Amino acid sequence: MIEHLSTPLVWLILLPLVWATLAFCLGPGRGALLGLSGLGLQLLCAILLAVEVAPKQTVTHLVGGWQEPLGILLVADGLSVTMLLLTQAVSLPVALYAYSYLKQGQHWFWPLTGFLLAGINGLYLSGDLFNLYVTLELIGLAAVGLVVTGGAAGQVTAAMRYLLASLVGSGGFLLGVALLYGCFGTVSIRLLTSLIGSQAPLAVWLAAAVMVAGLLLKTALFPFHFWLPPAHGGAPAPISALLSALVVKASFYVLLRLWLGPFAGFVSPLAWLPALLGSLAILWGGCQAIRAERLKMMVAYSTVAQLGYLVLIFPLFGTGSHAMQIGLLQATAHGLAKAGMFLAAGTLVKASGSELIDGIATMAGRLPVTLFAFGLSGVSLMGLPPSGGFLAKYMLIDAALAVGHIWIAVIVVTGGLLASIYVFRVLRLAFLGPGDERQVALQPVSAVMEWTAFMLAVSAIVLGLAAMPLFRLLEGVAG
Amino acid sequence: MSSGLLFAAVGCLLLVLGVGGVLLLDHLVRRILAFNLMGSGIFLVLVGLAQRSGRIDPVPQAMVLTGIVVSVAATALALALARRRYADSGSTTLQDKARREDRHD
Repeated sequence: MIEHLSTPLVWLILLPLVWATLAFCLGPGRGALLGLSGLGLQLLCAILLAVEVAPKQTVTHLVGGWQEPLGILLVADGLSVTMLLLTQAVSLPVALYAYSYLKQGQHWFWPLTGFLLAGINGLYLSGDLFNLYVTLELIGLAAVGLVVTGGAAGQVTAAMRYLLASLVGSGGFLLGVALLYGCFGTVSIRLLTSLIGSQAPLAVWLAAAVMVAGLLLKTALFPFHFWLPPAHGGAPAPISALLSALVVKASFYVLLRLWLGPFAGFVSPLAWLPALLGSLAILWGGCQAIRAERLKMMVAYSTVAQLGYLVLIFPLFGTGSHAMQIGLLQATAHGLAKAGMFLAAGTLVKASGSELIDGIATMAGRLPVTLFAFGLSGVSLMGLPPSGGFLAKYMLIDAALAVGHIWIAVIVVTGGLLASIYVFRVLRLAFLGPGDERQVALQPVSAVMEWTAFMLAVSAIVLGLAAMPLFRLLEGVAG
Repeated sequence: MSSGLLFAAVGCLLLVLGVGGVLLLDHLVRRILAFNLMGSGIFLVLVGLAQRSGRIDPVPQAMVLTGIVVSVAATALALALARRRYADSGSTTLQDKARREDRHD
């Protein structure tokens, strides 16, 4: 009994489930202290796991000691540990912010966030496809519940759209699981990788097609992004931060695992397809962000664009470049920067009482920390040195030019220019915008809200200066 | 054609009907029902394809049981949201009022 609970792998899933259930029993609006202490412990577990994984490359654990296929095998390698660290590192400051932001009112933020994190952590530790399906569904249901936390009519519509898109996406994934099980009699990713060679039968092609399509729908890659802006832009700020920084990364992670694992033998000639969609996402998302009238919609469309960079790495796999490192660096940098930007945007909206971008005119002098956080996040999203976003985009351009994919480099540079337009549009208004400082009274905002956003934005910058440990962690990962 | 393959083929048919319903229908309750049809189709494929060798394989049965739990939870959440949408706006679809009126013209 004891040896089954002595590994941090299990606690990363068990802890959020426990505090979420307790918070649910306490009733609406309560459970903040439980949640915050649980999140602190989870961060500790993730660090312990990273220390354990770094020398050994892979750590596995059979839940309850049951053998496969009856038991569930948990696997942690460099890729999953990186994502776990990102998840805990983003959710702790976001939860602190939410504690201050949502203090009053009837909401179920704490239990829903706990279930969401249990799903995300479970997903990163899953070693089999069916477990991935269950965690994807848990994430989807909790995320939809979080979108309606504010309770406004627009949020209900956005949540319903999100739910239907998410259910169709995971339905496609489950159909793929069914086809693969029908062909090979196993759902273990490790076994499937060795069973599926380069000569895949038609059923495996079909499985790959429905799984990839379902995951792209859940990752909101262009043209499947229609559900994302209203859901992410309409939810309360800390929830938008969780959704944009963490939730869409989870389905991208599954896509990456499949692409480099079971489907690696036969999908590589098709790598241009996700990259093409990613390029369109960067251009379309950037243009929509520039045109947006509401501040949080702008940040949400920026997520659509930034997700495009993640799939630009697919044509670079197998070319000897560090494609995996680049993708993970972009995912981490975007996670930190976007969480910081959404939190800062939430503070600005709350302080000015206006959701419009015009509402933040001349805010710079009055909320300098929040504006600085917004600007620093923007620096990473644009890809200016020395941020994590810069390093990821620079390495992406370098790797693309090395193998002659000039179009990828052009797209990355254009995307950076589009990002600078929408970021500077906000900053220009904040510093030089029309209006008198004394005209509009600001709602008071707490220092916690200002400084958590600042912390996240600064860590996105620091990531660019200290990315080596991340690269070392990923050295042993296949691909 | 073995009974397993027959199950899988019927499952595919239900799945296509369900996906079409979720994407094309307007009324929220019909879309939720279509999602359930889609789920049942996938479960039939999962169980049907796995028993081609003639003996019963318990693993896909356990998976389908888990899948049913997940789809009951999803249906409950979807119904709650549909009720909330109806209470807020009196609408049983996701379209805005203005767009619906355009359609009637």
